[in-house]
Amino acid sequence: MTPWDPSQPILEIENLSISFFTRLREIPAVMDFSCNVMPGEAMGLVGESGCGKSTVALAVMRDLGRTGRITAGRIRFKGRDLVAMTDDELRHIRGSEIAMIYQEPMASLNPAMKVGAQLAEVPMIHEGIPRRAAWARARQIVADVRLPDPDRILQAYPHQLSGGQQQRIVIAMALMSKPALLILDEPTTALDVTVEAGIVDLVKALGAKYGTSMLFISHNLGLVLDVCDRITVMYSGEAVETGAVADVFDRMRHPYTQALFRSIPLPGADKTTRPLVAIPGNFPLPHERPPGCNFGPRCDYFVKGRCDAADVPMVPVPGDVRHETRCIRSAEIDWAAPPKAAKQAERTPVGDVVLRMEDLRKYYAVTKGLFGTGPTRVVKANETLSFEAREGETLAIVGESGCGKSTFAKVLMGLETATAGRILLYNQDIQDTPIEKRDTDTVSSVQMVFQNPFDTLNPSMTVGRQIIRALEIFGEGRSDADREARMLELLDLVKLPREFAGRMPRQLSGGQKQRVGIARAFAGGAKVVVADEPVSALDVSVQAAVTDLLMEIQRKNRTTLLFISHDLSIVRYLSDRVMVMYLGHVVELGTTDQVFSPPYHPYTEALLSAVPIADRKVQKKRIVLDGDIPSAMNPPPGCPFQTRCRWKSEVPGGLCDREVPPARTLAAGHQIKCHLPDAVLARMEPVIRIAAE
Amino acid sequence: MIGFVLRRTGVIALTALCLTFIVFVLTNLQPNLEKLARTEASSRMSEAEVAAWIERNGYARPMPVRYGEWLGVVPGWTRAEGGTVTGRCTGRAPAPAEAPRFCGLLQGDWGYSTVFKLPVAAVVSRSLGHTGWLMLWVVIVMIPTSLVLGVLAGMREGSPTDRTLSTVAIVTTATPEYVSGVILIVLFASATSGLSPLLAEWGWISGRTLFNGTATAAMEGITFWNFALPVLTIALYGTGYIARMTRASMTEVMTAQYIRTARLKGVSFPQVVMRHALRNALIAPFTVIMLQFPWLLNGVVIVETLFNYKGFGWTLVQAAGNNDIELLLACSVVAVVVVLATQLISDIGYVLLNPRIRLA
Repeated sequence: MTPWDPSQPILEIENLSISFFTRLREIPAVMDFSCNVMPGEAMGLVGESGCGKSTVALAVMRDLGRTGRITAGRIRFKGRDLVAMTDDELRHIRGSEIAMIYQEPMASLNPAMKVGAQLAEVPMIHEGIPRRAAWARARQIVADVRLPDPDRILQAYPHQLSGGQQQRIVIAMALMSKPALLILDEPTTALDVTVEAGIVDLVKALGAKYGTSMLFISHNLGLVLDVCDRITVMYSGEAVETGAVADVFDRMRHPYTQALFRSIPLPGADKTTRPLVAIPGNFPLPHERPPGCNFGPRCDYFVKGRCDAADVPMVPVPGDVRHETRCIRSAEIDWAAPPKAAKQAERTPVGDVVLRMEDLRKYYAVTKGLFGTGPTRVVKANETLSFEAREGETLAIVGESGCGKSTFAKVLMGLETATAGRILLYNQDIQDTPIEKRDTDTVSSVQMVFQNPFDTLNPSMTVGRQIIRALEIFGEGRSDADREARMLELLDLVKLPREFAGRMPRQLSGGQKQRVGIARAFAGGAKVVVADEPVSALDVSVQAAVTDLLMEIQRKNRTTLLFISHDLSIVRYLSDRVMVMYLGHVVELGTTDQVFSPPYHPYTEALLSAVPIADRKVQKKRIVLDGDIPSAMNPPPGCPFQTRCRWKSEVPGGLCDREVPPARTLAAGHQIKCHLPDAVLARMEPVIRIAAE
Repeated sequence: MIGFVLRRTGVIALTALCLTFIVFVLTNLQPNLEKLARTEASSRMSEAEVAAWIERNGYARPMPVRYGEWLGVVPGWTRAEGGTVTGRCTGRAPAPAEAPRFCGLLQGDWGYSTVFKLPVAAVVSRSLGHTGWLMLWVVIVMIPTSLVLGVLAGMREGSPTDRTLSTVAIVTTATPEYVSGVILIVLFASATSGLSPLLAEWGWISGRTLFNGTATAAMEGITFWNFALPVLTIALYGTGYIARMTRASMTEVMTAQYIRTARLKGVSFPQVVMRHALRNALIAPFTVIMLQFPWLLNGVVIVETLFNYKGFGWTLVQAAGNNDIELLLACSVVAVVVVLATQLISDIGYVLLNPRIRLA
């Protein structure tokens, strides 16, 4: 075997094609995929779900399962062909030279093995070092991934760690044998943004420390900008554009890349003046790909007879180094042209107060122990929630998991009743009325759009039937024919073809299902709609369309929209007012501009800094929070955020440790819960700056 | 942990109390008592005589009182008639005056078996001893076999090994003991059919049959030849069932993401199975195995009768067939304790296998 020359690529993928074989047919998952990763380089692989990016990663690991097969092409790692390797050779490379980090840390760790044993196993297999030395190495790496108290962690089982800690363990496991190539498959998708920021920092630092090359798979362009040197954009099984991050972000040469950037909410986008441009149509299924360019049917620059004539090859972009695109018209298109004048809408004036919360509290009593004999503890899911929402207004509720935003939604919907405080809907108390006791009017006027459209539709009922069922329950329409007609109108409203009425949910894509969910929510003329992360389960290109639809219906019906989200970019784009929650407390409440500019609540500041933004012109101040969100079961005394706050030392007299800060009004309609003196707040700098163009 | 075991033991005692009361009521119904009177005294008694016998022997009093007596928490009845004192406890002492006040389960007095003409405790302990050996061998054969079969089948789902082993498992578990027992006897323990005549003809075996058709001799000394068939009959049924459960659990674990993690760490396939999959895959079948023990008691009833092995099952059949109330009650107590004790073991074992569950 010839020794590998470190000036050569560490990973070369040439014209790789992968198919999955089912009983019915061969399903091509990846076609003609090429990319090179140089030593020490971080390559980002970006695309929507189903585009084949994870399949490429698994092909590099040669772990495609029994149905997957590499049908053509080569994968060379350090000059050796991985496709031709035997199982034995592969086993030597896996874990020692190529390691992988997975999306769901909890599922990727063996629940019945101690963390230390899982870590120590790697060097024991690959280097044959004794157990004691392997554990010592594990301890050192655990300290390297910045986990506190490594000895305790090594003796713990995975379920005893938090999500962020588990992901750090998975990273530690990948680093145990100092691999040359690290494959990260959506490593932070399952984590909260502030935890994500910590993990991203760690990955970058470790990559620099050990000189590891990375293949970073993500659907989040902002994250790729943060981490990677080069990027490959995939669409429907093909690489459509590849190049240095700076080239692709600033001078994209493929229509899909351009459309992708135009459909994500970047700072500056606004729902009324500069709306997002959704990509029309749907992602093609693997066995229904169009002839010629796969993106053709959804492309603005499509020319019949040329784009659909033959398979499109990758061509280099003139003037750039290692920048290629799969578009035959890349030289003809005027890439600098602004997007076609999108329809602009009037900003809807807000009306009267529809919904008012007064000191709402929701506590849960939790008993520990198998037979409920342990001491009872109280989880304070919501603490003194007070706000009002007006007609036609969008109020965003932002916070990480466990902050109480979903509990609040449940109390509002009547799935739970409040412990204390009042909820006033049109001056009518509803906080103590569970949903089964609410009258039809109240039920139909407060509705919800759920996070996961895949689980919220009845799989054995047609779409039309489900909407009609909602109409029946809400008492809409006098006859069946009436309701039928109303159902078809609702389908028009959510821009679904009328023939979808007869379809089953499984025949719909995620975005279409979410539209059905929206139609159902608006069936009874809802006045208040709680949208609980309505687009977070959808692909980027579909998100924009669904968001726009929600906005449009809101404008038409003058609905009050409570938009629950953890994604600050989309919140900034569509909401009028923002409420930031942390551990059950509202820490900041104000108009979107007030919340997104200083002075901030320290938590809001960290949250803003943690959100990756896919724009090279944006300069961000990096604030990484230490540690995890404290458990609601055992919140810290005093200010709930004091354990992670970087401004804590500015408050005199240790006030943060002792007292929950009162809600202070800073400007009209802007309130924060913080002890910081005014002088310090005035000193705060904006987290996000947009460099002059 | 100790607190948990104590609490569970309390629950077991309570359940046993309820269940034995139900059995007590059912076995002490009026027709049963009349039948008892006729078998014990004379079958040609008149209605009035039967009633008098029942009255005289203390069966006429309220059910809860009699249950309390049997349990040993209510003083046994006594009756002075014509100078002689009879009572529930008098038979157990040389003179009526020395008879203890209480004689029931708690005092270790299980009553007197009308069929075997022996104290119930002696009958039960003797038969449990026999059945204990049978169960021991069944467990020794059944559990390792079924786990190995299940793991082998489940580690590569859909492979030829999996298909073959699954078929075998389904066939064995779908065959009831009274069918498989008869088939085994015909094949291996008949002088006129199956293998034995052939083997005898070739002179490979000295006796007339390969295996013994009855297990009566096993009560004196267990040998492979007299004990293999009853053990196999019971074990076959359970093996298939547990193997199916283990396979299902194993296939599920093998598709788990942490197994992929292990594979992509470079762990070899046998190590993936042994170190990563096995413990997780055994969590579910463990409960099933423990649930299987009470089921084995069913099999014991049939197999002991079939092979004429005088163990617990055979005794139960005799007691039920001959209206031996106190023996029947003792058998039900034993059954209840076996069922509940295996559940306790199952819960504790589950905790040991699954680190995510911790007992408070």
